[in-house]
Amino acid sequence: MDCYTANWNPLGEETFYRKLELYSMEWGLREDLRDCVVAAAPYGGPIALLRNSRRDKIPGARPLLEIYSSSGLLLASVPWKSGRLVHLGWTAGEDLLCIQEDGTVLVYNLFCEFKRHFSMGNEVLQNHVLEAQVFHTEFGTGVAILTGALRFSLATNIDDLKLRRLPEVPGLQKPPPCWAVLSQDRVTMVLLAVGQELFLLDNTSCSVVEKFCEFNTGIRSPPKQMVWCTRPRSRQRAVVLAWERQLMVVGNSSECIRFVLDEDSHLVPELDGVRILSRTSHEFLHEIPEASQEIFRIASMAPGALLLEAQKEYEKESQKADEYLREIREQQLLPEAVGQCIEAAGYEHEPETQKSLLRAASFGKCFLDKFPPEGFVRMCQDLRVLNAVRDYQIGIPLTFTQYKQLTIEVLLDRLVLRRLYPLAIRICEFLRLPEIQGVSRILAHWACYKVQQKDKSDEEVAQAINQKLGDTAGISYSDIATRAYDCGRAELAIKLLEYEPRSGEQVPLLLKMKRSKLALGKAIESGDTDLVYTVVLHLKNELNRGTFFMTLQNQPVALSLYRQFCRHQERETLKDLYNQDDNHQELGNLHVQGGYCEQRIEGRVAALQNALDEFYKAKNDFAAKATEEQIKLLRLQRHLQEELDKPYLDLSLHDTVATLILDGHHKRAEQLYRDFRIPDKRYWWLKINALATRGDWEEMEKFSKSKKSPIGYLPFVEVAVKHHNRYEAKKYAPRVPPEQRVKAFVLVGDLEQAAEAAIERKNEAEMSLVLARCSAGTDGAVAEKLNRARAQLLKK
Amino acid sequence: MALAGRHDAPEPPDFGILKRLARDQLVYLLEQQHDVDKLYKVETRPGPGASDQFCFLVRPRVRTMRFIADIVNADKMSGRSRKYKIIFSPQKFYACEMVLEEEGVFGDVTCDEWSFYLLPLDEDIISMELPEFFRDYFLEGDHRWINPIARALQLLNSLYGPFGKTYGIGRCAKMSYELWRDLEEENESEGQGRKPEIGHVFLTDRDMDYVTALCSQVVYEGIVDDTFRIKCGSVDFGPDVTSSDKSIKVLLNSQDKVFSQIRNEHFSSVFGLLSQKSRNLQAQYDRRRGMDIKQMKDFVSQELKGLKQEHRLLSLHIGACEFIMKKKTKQDFQETIKAEHSLLEGFDIRESTSFIEEHIDRQVSPIESLRLMCLLSITENGLIPKDYRSLKTQYLQSYGPEHLLTFHNLKRIGLLTEQSAGETLTAVESKVSKLVTDRAAGKITDAFNSLARKSNFRAISKKLGLIPRLDGEYDLKMPRDMAYVFGGAYMPLSCKIIEQVLERRGWQGLEEVVRLLNGNEFSASDSTVEDNPAWESQRVVLAVFLGGCTFSEIAALRFLGKERGCKFIFLTTAITNSARMMEAMIEAKA
Repeated sequence: MDCYTANWNPLGEETFYRKLELYSMEWGLREDLRDCVVAAAPYGGPIALLRNSRRDKIPGARPLLEIYSSSGLLLASVPWKSGRLVHLGWTAGEDLLCIQEDGTVLVYNLFCEFKRHFSMGNEVLQNHVLEAQVFHTEFGTGVAILTGALRFSLATNIDDLKLRRLPEVPGLQKPPPCWAVLSQDRVTMVLLAVGQELFLLDNTSCSVVEKFCEFNTGIRSPPKQMVWCTRPRSRQRAVVLAWERQLMVVGNSSECIRFVLDEDSHLVPELDGVRILSRTSHEFLHEIPEASQEIFRIASMAPGALLLEAQKEYEKESQKADEYLREIREQQLLPEAVGQCIEAAGYEHEPETQKSLLRAASFGKCFLDKFPPEGFVRMCQDLRVLNAVRDYQIGIPLTFTQYKQLTIEVLLDRLVLRRLYPLAIRICEFLRLPEIQGVSRILAHWACYKVQQKDKSDEEVAQAINQKLGDTAGISYSDIATRAYDCGRAELAIKLLEYEPRSGEQVPLLLKMKRSKLALGKAIESGDTDLVYTVVLHLKNELNRGTFFMTLQNQPVALSLYRQFCRHQERETLKDLYNQDDNHQELGNLHVQGGYCEQRIEGRVAALQNALDEFYKAKNDFAAKATEEQIKLLRLQRHLQEELDKPYLDLSLHDTVATLILDGHHKRAEQLYRDFRIPDKRYWWLKINALATRGDWEEMEKFSKSKKSPIGYLPFVEVAVKHHNRYEAKKYAPRVPPEQRVKAFVLVGDLEQAAEAAIERKNEAEMSLVLARCSAGTDGAVAEKLNRARAQLLKK
Repeated sequence: MALAGRHDAPEPPDFGILKRLARDQLVYLLEQQHDVDKLYKVETRPGPGASDQFCFLVRPRVRTMRFIADIVNADKMSGRSRKYKIIFSPQKFYACEMVLEEEGVFGDVTCDEWSFYLLPLDEDIISMELPEFFRDYFLEGDHRWINPIARALQLLNSLYGPFGKTYGIGRCAKMSYELWRDLEEENESEGQGRKPEIGHVFLTDRDMDYVTALCSQVVYEGIVDDTFRIKCGSVDFGPDVTSSDKSIKVLLNSQDKVFSQIRNEHFSSVFGLLSQKSRNLQAQYDRRRGMDIKQMKDFVSQELKGLKQEHRLLSLHIGACEFIMKKKTKQDFQETIKAEHSLLEGFDIRESTSFIEEHIDRQVSPIESLRLMCLLSITENGLIPKDYRSLKTQYLQSYGPEHLLTFHNLKRIGLLTEQSAGETLTAVESKVSKLVTDRAAGKITDAFNSLARKSNFRAISKKLGLIPRLDGEYDLKMPRDMAYVFGGAYMPLSCKIIEQVLERRGWQGLEEVVRLLNGNEFSASDSTVEDNPAWESQRVVLAVFLGGCTFSEIAALRFLGKERGCKFIFLTTAITNSARMMEAMIEAKA
């Protein structure tokens, strides 16, 4: 630890840089890096490598496109079969972009699986790609091209491809020695060097840029690569330049730091430093963060440094520990000291150093009353996660700063992308992330990957998935099944769907898989009518009419829903439906209904005639007869209408006859009565009512005498009374049979007769009825008579 | 109600929150529209108005969709461009979108949902206001409303805590219950941990008991509904009632002091109560005499307004009673009631049949005639073939041939059927009907047409003792059981089942009745709810009527609640009565 600062290199007064080895590369590369097209993704991402592309132009030789982890473990490789590759680059989502000479961009995933391709446009195709760059903006990942015509073309977001051609650069005769894409305030520009000048090229114009700082390297050849190397919130701005055998860090001070390179290297800019890739090693060059500086700088008296020292002395059981501690506490800087130690621990790559710093923090915490523990705990957790992913087997050399910028969610996504499911799950469990966004999400991803493993049988895969996933909350089996189907494993998809507890969720996929009948069953099971409709409509388009109807026949719920819909929307279809299963009854009903929509009487009769046929076929004699009668009535009504010039149409039989009588056409009424075999009772009721309404008392009397009334004579009395004709009513009262006579007399108001009748019948209830009507003044005699009779009756 | 309960019935849960929730959501939906300046009823075509956006608040009905499509297409023809938004209540149906698509306006409208499932009509009645449910489900076999019902249950469950015990009978009840359970499982935890406010839930299908719904109502609220039609808890009293030249709209609920006292009474005692009330009122007015200035001032400022209000209501209700009386005497109400009672009791069937025949011949009222025919059919397990033919023929002659379709509907739903040879339900039949209820087993047979069930009313009535034995006059002022709502002649079947199941805490001992009713019974208890009899909520019972419930049933259960010291609250798809049911069956001329 004494030589901890040995690899610190000062730049200017305040800042130090250090270069540390991340991994010794496992890839056993024989070629020099300069012979390969290399691209490494930021945030410790994977490395893509295409060997032999530029040097050997042996026709027919297939160069190999390889993807390695940062530690040099091969993830995947594929022989490059497409056109000449100019540039490789990674998107923010860790997809590999391969830019070809003809401007076609091929997109591969981390495992060299081809995803899609797109073109940078005709202009690029014609003039070829001279150079290309992949850049990242707030919109996503973009591609910039310098064409053979020395023009720049770019697309700021490859997921929403919009090509832009930048204006011509005046005086550009040969490719610029260097150029870069900048993005600021949602505007993307190209910065390029032309001779001694720098130009900024944006959408419309090309302007000269002023110099910010100048430094003389003293090296004549231009550097091979130059990248920023600065950490967030640093006061120092520095760039790293790489030559064949030399590396230089240059800031705004007049000195610089020089490193010797043993072999050809490739620089990868990161948020807080630069990664240096070479054939044998993978290093990280960065500015020492403030907290680390404070603690480790030689002879530092910062509280963190003192605390670290105190803890070491304490471990040695030396009393110096107390002295150091006292010194910090006298300045009341203990909380600051603990904070510094925690922060510095985050910047260390060596677990030993992390531990000693954390131990110091923990030691310091003991002397503090209410120091919030969260920061310490979180740092411990974060470091465990970071150490786990930095392991060379995993090979994601994230720094703490990068990790915080990336967030845990994205880190998990990247682990999932690398198919490191167990590690991802362990991290979720360790950090106690909620299931939905943690474990179950990862399990779902795992399952989606699992279904692509073609070497296992459907049964095995389905079982393995179910075993792992069980009923974990937030898992959608239908999503996994969809993926299985997309991979062409329909049977597996169906097996997986069976694990889906919500039947409604199964339907869309089943439809997609053309298992419509199964889908229909599931939709009905779900109890969601909307879903049933969706499936029914789907079936309707998919099957021919006959099979469609047959399918519905087996699903009454769906059938009745569809009928409901047809009833309102497609009457003709409804007819077909009923025709299909010989439902003549319903067909007849439909015709009847259709008949009512007909304005013309001929149309209506025709519709009814159709209905009649159907009713006969349905063996519904009643309906057939009723319809026949109705046709007969309609014809008659038309006849009447023409002859009597009065609307008869749409009247019921009863009303037709009643209207005829009201208008005095007794003969015709009689005719109808006979033709339609109207029951006597009805006819009599109808006739006396109509006659009374007409006030044709003479005719009524005649009618009453025509034969014995089937409804008795009380109705005559009632009708007459209803029309306030007591005189006529009285005529009929005596003809009323004895058991109703009392009521009849009461109705006409002849209490005397009523009383007599009641007494004659020796009926007490009737006597009381009459008595109740007697008023004391006028009907005294009657009342007395009744009372007497009643008393006599009771005596017996 | 004179009888004192065993203990005081608990207070029902506060339904106000339902209204507030619905209102807030609607306000939110409308605010998204900016400046809604005028409201129109959907049936009336909106004026040509200069407004460049229309917002339709509608039920998800195909007819309405076509109406909207016409408006949009008309605008398109005349080259007007407007924004259209349809807000569906309570939810959108795919079928509606299909119609919009077929009419070619799907791209022109945007849709939204106002999940307004429950309208509290009173402190103990919630209605879903879905009168079409009855026809859609029971006649057409359309299951689309089951989802809204399940959602309504879910809403109640989330607002008033988990239900302790759930009972139910009927196919729809069972399906709704199961769907609701599924919904609950999908999003667990919402209603959990809340203090339960509703102890028991009883779901019943209307087709379990058509008889009660078909009877003439004689409790005041029922008779008012039969006569004037109560709509959404309010009624329009016409000039005949108000004895002035204009109609008055009156809210009928427990806030109305006069109404709340007479709503559950048998009509025969209403007049007495009203005159009692008017005497009391007079007495209160009379207190003015002999008051000094200060007392008078207090009287005017505090009591007078209330008294005046009460006076106004009193005179309205008296007017209504008079109107009802007049109408009833005109239509031989007593005769009808007598015929009805003999049908319920099952004697003098011939006489009742000729009464109905005469009723038809005299064209008294198409709806009434139909109702009596149905009542005859359902109490007798169908009409004998001769009557079946002749009554129908008579009916067609009287009221028009288009009712041929009405009869077909009534047969399908099982309200008006022909007696068949085998009288009682065979074991096979009941087995088949059991199978049909299993969700996936719909294949076996089309449950809606071919299995129009027998009502078995007579047997059930005997089993449950629905016709009280009379010794002496039934005192309607001091009712002793729920039969008072039908003049002491008949105890509503639906209410009796609820009473029995609650008493037995399940279906044990009712196996025979269940078989006669065609099964589909269920009972379940929520294990998360402790069975703590000390809790008030244990005595709150939610009675859910799928397909509508009548005011008579509500009155009967209110009476039962008072007797047993519990509180019944009602959830129904709509308030119904015999006329509404009959109208739902009539095939409207297109």
